[in-house]
Amino acid sequence: MSDTNSTEEYSAAAEVGMVRQRRTFLQRAWIELKKAPITAWFGMIVVIFYVVMVLFAPIIAPHGEAEVFSQSYAPWGGEHLLGTDQIGRDIYSRLIYGGRNTVGIAFLTTLLAFSIGGALGLIAAIDRKWLDQGISRIVDVLMAIPSLIFALVVLAILDKTTFNLVLVIAVLDSTRVFRLTRAVALNVVVMDYVEAARLRGEGLGWVMRREILPNIMPPLVAEFGLRFCFVFLTIAALSFLGFGIQPPLADWGSMVRENGSLIQFAQFDLTAGMTPLIPAAAIALLTIAVNFIVDWFLHKTSGLKDEH
Amino acid sequence: MVKKSKKSRKGDILLEMKDIVIDGYSDERWHEIVKGVDLTLKRGEVMGLIGESGAGKSTLGLAAMGFARPGCRLTSGSIMFDGMDLMAMPEKQKRQLWGSRIAYVAQSAAASFNPAHKLIDQTVEATVGHNIKAESDARDDAVKLYYDLQLPDPDTIGNRYPHQVSGGQLQRMMTAMAMSPRPDLIIFDEPTTALDVTTQVEVLIAMRDIVEQFDTAAIYITHDLSVVAQMADFIKVLRYGEEVEEAETRKMLSAPEQQYTKSLWSVRSLEKEESRSDDIVISIKGVDAAYGNTVKVLHDVNIDVPRGSTVAVVGESGSGKSTTARVITGLLPPIKGDVQFNGEALPRQLKERSKDQLRRIQMIYQMADTAMNPRHTVEEIIGRPLTFYQGLTGKKRADRVSELLNLIELDDSFLDRLPNEMSGGQKQRVCIARALAADPEVIICDEVTSALDQIVQEGILQLLMRLQKELGITYLFITHDIATVRAISDEIVVMFQGRVVEQGLKSEILSPPYPDYTQLLLSSVPEMDPDWLTNLQKERAAG
Repeated sequence: MSDTNSTEEYSAAAEVGMVRQRRTFLQRAWIELKKAPITAWFGMIVVIFYVVMVLFAPIIAPHGEAEVFSQSYAPWGGEHLLGTDQIGRDIYSRLIYGGRNTVGIAFLTTLLAFSIGGALGLIAAIDRKWLDQGISRIVDVLMAIPSLIFALVVLAILDKTTFNLVLVIAVLDSTRVFRLTRAVALNVVVMDYVEAARLRGEGLGWVMRREILPNIMPPLVAEFGLRFCFVFLTIAALSFLGFGIQPPLADWGSMVRENGSLIQFAQFDLTAGMTPLIPAAAIALLTIAVNFIVDWFLHKTSGLKDEH
Repeated sequence: MVKKSKKSRKGDILLEMKDIVIDGYSDERWHEIVKGVDLTLKRGEVMGLIGESGAGKSTLGLAAMGFARPGCRLTSGSIMFDGMDLMAMPEKQKRQLWGSRIAYVAQSAAASFNPAHKLIDQTVEATVGHNIKAESDARDDAVKLYYDLQLPDPDTIGNRYPHQVSGGQLQRMMTAMAMSPRPDLIIFDEPTTALDVTTQVEVLIAMRDIVEQFDTAAIYITHDLSVVAQMADFIKVLRYGEEVEEAETRKMLSAPEQQYTKSLWSVRSLEKEESRSDDIVISIKGVDAAYGNTVKVLHDVNIDVPRGSTVAVVGESGSGKSTTARVITGLLPPIKGDVQFNGEALPRQLKERSKDQLRRIQMIYQMADTAMNPRHTVEEIIGRPLTFYQGLTGKKRADRVSELLNLIELDDSFLDRLPNEMSGGQKQRVCIARALAADPEVIICDEVTSALDQIVQEGILQLLMRLQKELGITYLFITHDIATVRAISDEIVVMFQGRVVEQGLKSEILSPPYPDYTQLLLSSVPEMDPDWLTNLQKERAAG
């Protein structure tokens, strides 16, 4: 062959590729964090604060979640930092435990919604035949019904257990996850490497998990953050309406409702009037913090980069 | 509006770039892409800029307009265009020049036209926008340009939308658009790379004639030597952002000075003794295939692939080459006929084929970038078929992966690389290793070298031929590049519009008498001779 002609110094291994500097995950994460905007930092600090509070609730809280004291509607200060509620439970402690229930259940629900919606979305994107049609149309029907009203109706029929609450909200929210997953996966499914995997004879599970999923993670992670906020708000709203997390479990939505009447005492005692607003503020703060992080993450991964 | 200087004459210096340094931003820091290149262009001259991908030729071409792509910056040097300093000129004034005195023709015409506007509106947009001509004059002139560029129905073609004309026509449209304001300088950035050879010839002729007719200076950027030989008065060779050499075209072709240039010139020297064999491994019998239920793309295709040989399938895009591959692999079940493997008919559907049947036929794709999962390392990419087909794990698998890497002339340092950390040629080699990992009898190569630079192409072809010798693999080699076919094939199948025009040994197909289509295809392949296009034009006009 023609090894003798002028390309003798040619060697495939010496071709110049773009070799990135090898960095560990932590190094890369730190580089990204250093460039993060102040809003993202704010969001992360708030979220870490919440996570610590939720994980160590029994240590931080001075009293039990359902512990009843003799004085109901106690004012702020003294033994009860934020007073007590209508049946004499310590509001400060319930606020901490409430975070555990509201945030924890919202997290679980979002996780479940992503498992259902993500898996079905991937299957639909790969199959593209009657299965895709079937799932997509069911999702269309579910999405056509206002989700809060739908959730109210279903929860009114079923037992008001936490399990049912999680399941109903997860199924309703999985419709949106399904649509997103299917849409982004469609762009990956047409790639040659997916075809190559199918030609190799790989099963559905491998194609979904190893070929497609790693390539659609960024939009899914961003959506997870946003979806978490919505689920969290839905649970709070349902609890406020009495269909969500049931007493004696504490949660921020029902705490607003239970102490709502206190707001009219604001003209006599400002602190008493603020009591129902504190759980509401806790909800708002977490929502904003998560949104800040998601915004930053989306900006980073969507290619909406500033021009140099 | 920027007025043209009155005293402009042919032979005056139009563009003078000195010591140009351009930086690109990637991986969090600035790298030099172009490292101090000089470029001088006189009025009416055509310069060919040539080099491998990544040599900085497009970046330099754009710098001639005083433009740097996002992520790039013009760091130092001077760019004088007709006495004006483009480096110092504010963006607003440069925009006055762009599209009026300097025009740009991009590689992908389809991506450069707005699909929502008529072609003629887009042709005259810059001319009218810069107040060079009144709209009606510009439109009349555009029709004249369409005539000059030999577009079909020149009077009415402008009323069509971009999707209503072919790729070659669209590329000529874009030349008309660039020519409409009668610029002093046109930059052609790989304008024919995406076209078929038969279309490429027409576009080249049209572009060359119109540049000559209006005495426009041009910079022609390409990686294809034989094309640049037809177009350019002189050629500049770039490599790694530096100038290798510059010379007048004929001189450059006959006596290149630098080692690198010589290697570019000599790459098409591969040859293979053709061999004949009657041991048929794959036989396609009377296959019809269609996408959906309506569009039939294959008509009664019969192809025999002898064991241990290379069968090249040639034809333009749309001729059904890739569809044939899809039928063989089972991705597209045929509506009639069948595919026999070692004498037994393969199940039509991919799902019905056994693991072993799948293993025996492997495929290598044109774009190595999209053929490998960007999130998998080389070890995973090559190792997976080993685990999947042969159940190798742990040390055995690692050893075999190293062995395969050696076979494709790479080493263990590639094991943990991701696809985007390798060059184009290395990626394609890893794809070859992945196919070899399955221990196949037949490998279908779908345009495997057409996205690569010439030197790299030769390396890949040599590798494929060596593997065939050592392992006795059969190749079905799909390509539109006749030079590649000459180099590596034993047998050739010519396809046109979903039909097999002829099949035979290389020596039979490539020698006269030819059927009409084979003749057209063969004569359209550019040759290294600078007079080739002129002669072909005369021949075709006469014949």
